[in-house]
Amino acid sequence: MSNSAEDNARVEMGHETHIKPYTMNFGPQHPAAHGVLRLVLELDGEVVERADPHIGLLHRGTEKLIEHKTYMQATPYFDRLDYVAPMNQEHAFALAVEKLLGIKAPLRAQYIRVLFSEMTRILNHLLNVTTFALDVGAITPALWGFEEREKGMEFYDRVCGARLHANYFRPGGVRYDMPAGLLEDMLEWAEKSVPPVISDLDELLTENRIFKQRTVDIGTVTAAEAMDWGFSGPMIRASGLPWDLRKSQPYEVYDQMDFDIPVGKTGDCYARYLVRMEEMRQSLRIMKQAIEKMPEGPVMVDDYKVAPPPRAEMKHSMEALIHHFKLYTEGYHVPAGETYAAVEAPKGEFGVYLVADGTNKAHRCRIRAPGFSHLAALDFQSRGHLLADTVSIIGSMDIVFGEIDR
Amino acid sequence: MSDESLIDLAERVEEALEGALLRHEMLKGEMVLYVKRDEIVHVLQFLRDDRECDFKLLIDVCGVDYPERAERFEVVYQLLSLTQNNRIRVKVATDENTPVPSAVSVYSSANWLEREAWDMYGIYFSGHPDLRRILTDYGFEGHPLRKDFPLTGYVEVRWDDELKRVVYEPVKLAQDYRTFDFLSPWEGMTDVQLPGDEKATKPVRGWIDTRIAVKEKKAS
Repeated sequence: MSNSAEDNARVEMGHETHIKPYTMNFGPQHPAAHGVLRLVLELDGEVVERADPHIGLLHRGTEKLIEHKTYMQATPYFDRLDYVAPMNQEHAFALAVEKLLGIKAPLRAQYIRVLFSEMTRILNHLLNVTTFALDVGAITPALWGFEEREKGMEFYDRVCGARLHANYFRPGGVRYDMPAGLLEDMLEWAEKSVPPVISDLDELLTENRIFKQRTVDIGTVTAAEAMDWGFSGPMIRASGLPWDLRKSQPYEVYDQMDFDIPVGKTGDCYARYLVRMEEMRQSLRIMKQAIEKMPEGPVMVDDYKVAPPPRAEMKHSMEALIHHFKLYTEGYHVPAGETYAAVEAPKGEFGVYLVADGTNKAHRCRIRAPGFSHLAALDFQSRGHLLADTVSIIGSMDIVFGEIDR
Repeated sequence: MSDESLIDLAERVEEALEGALLRHEMLKGEMVLYVKRDEIVHVLQFLRDDRECDFKLLIDVCGVDYPERAERFEVVYQLLSLTQNNRIRVKVATDENTPVPSAVSVYSSANWLEREAWDMYGIYFSGHPDLRRILTDYGFEGHPLRKDFPLTGYVEVRWDDELKRVVYEPVKLAQDYRTFDFLSPWEGMTDVQLPGDEKATKPVRGWIDTRIAVKEKKAS
């Protein structure tokens, strides 16, 4: 700063001073970073010139660990990726393994999967929309939304015994049948409990002047850019592309469900918010239909080489005991082959590329996380925007570091 | 999308880009194209811009390690077409030293995905604008997803209260790392042909459902 006096003199003389863009560190511990995002921002005044996300602070080597575990032991790792929507991710893994094994979940299990996938979508969007609002300055939505979210978590608890890390969707079906009374309670939740909260959020945010000022025309992504950057889920739909795997490549019983795909027009943060709000309502529709149509029957394939036998049977059948022992030590063998299975997770296309070598462990299990591609596009979205807008963009992208860092 | 149309599509690509494709294969109803390493950018460009292919989205790029092969790495590209509602997989083989042309000029999403493949496998992408490590720690050495990289890694970190900073040390385990290998070469759970058991019926799906076998036995 030897020439600062000189600079000051220039200012006084009325000359334009040239300020070098400076670099700022954002995170990794910041409430608006949605986890452990470290962002190195090059700023010109308050305008972002370059955003360089440093990720990997939550890297746990999930893919490496899965290569060292049997297929049954690998399932719980998927809960720990996007810990806001655990069941959707197990779903992708279960579909991939089922495809390689050549089995299909029974009808009731498929309905249960759809029911819980959609409930998870609501829980995920409740979290995202409300924390997004929190990022741009609204506290009330978070307080209201989280109450409903907690009720949804209780359904998780009742069906599998855990609020978050479910380990419920297994290759071949779901682990246990739903306990008595759960369907009725879920229907009541979907019909009476959630809709008022969604309309409350709607009233609080949709026409809110401050919220609109912070989100409209911020981080606009055109349809071509969205495709170029590999977007999926609400992010690509907000950019005006009607693309949803539940409609276009239906898995399980989605082809028998009647629902609409909301599509945004502008591709900005506000459009993403609107898409998510409408998706929650559509998910409620699917939930109601799934509960209505829920058939009776088994929830796991009738093959003890993949699914463990019931405990009662193990008490008197030697065969069942052997099966149980083999399943929980050696695990099942998946025939050699490879496949890519994807589901429409709340955040976008969540895919599993599974390479099996015929043993009880996967040779390679690649996890395709939607948030990874979205965060990669942060740089071009935030260029030219103000620092505070970067926070809006991060909030609207629905970032969860469990799945990005894996 | 039916299998025939995917095969048609692959043959179309083969015709248009003569010599760039090594072969194509249908695996579980999914089309896989094996491409020459140097031609990968051309192939991706064709797949993106051709009207009938129209694969506008690069969903994923990942490495796979096959240590027994001469070219041990496979780079796998997953493509998706929104208009044709199609998926296709493109594969390129490489080894530790041979670079793969970067696809960033064709798909922007390849940027981070290739960085990850570099970080995890050490696959070098030539022409990549910013090939830094992405997921591992600053100053990390090695490529953790390679099959010869140990699961426990080489270093561990802890906070040193005297130095007032995080220090890196060689990994010390309180007990040896135990890998339980339950893989058994016999019994109905595998499709391994046992010596001296050549006359045994080969299971269709890789195992025998004992309950069905019992039922059949009773019926006969």
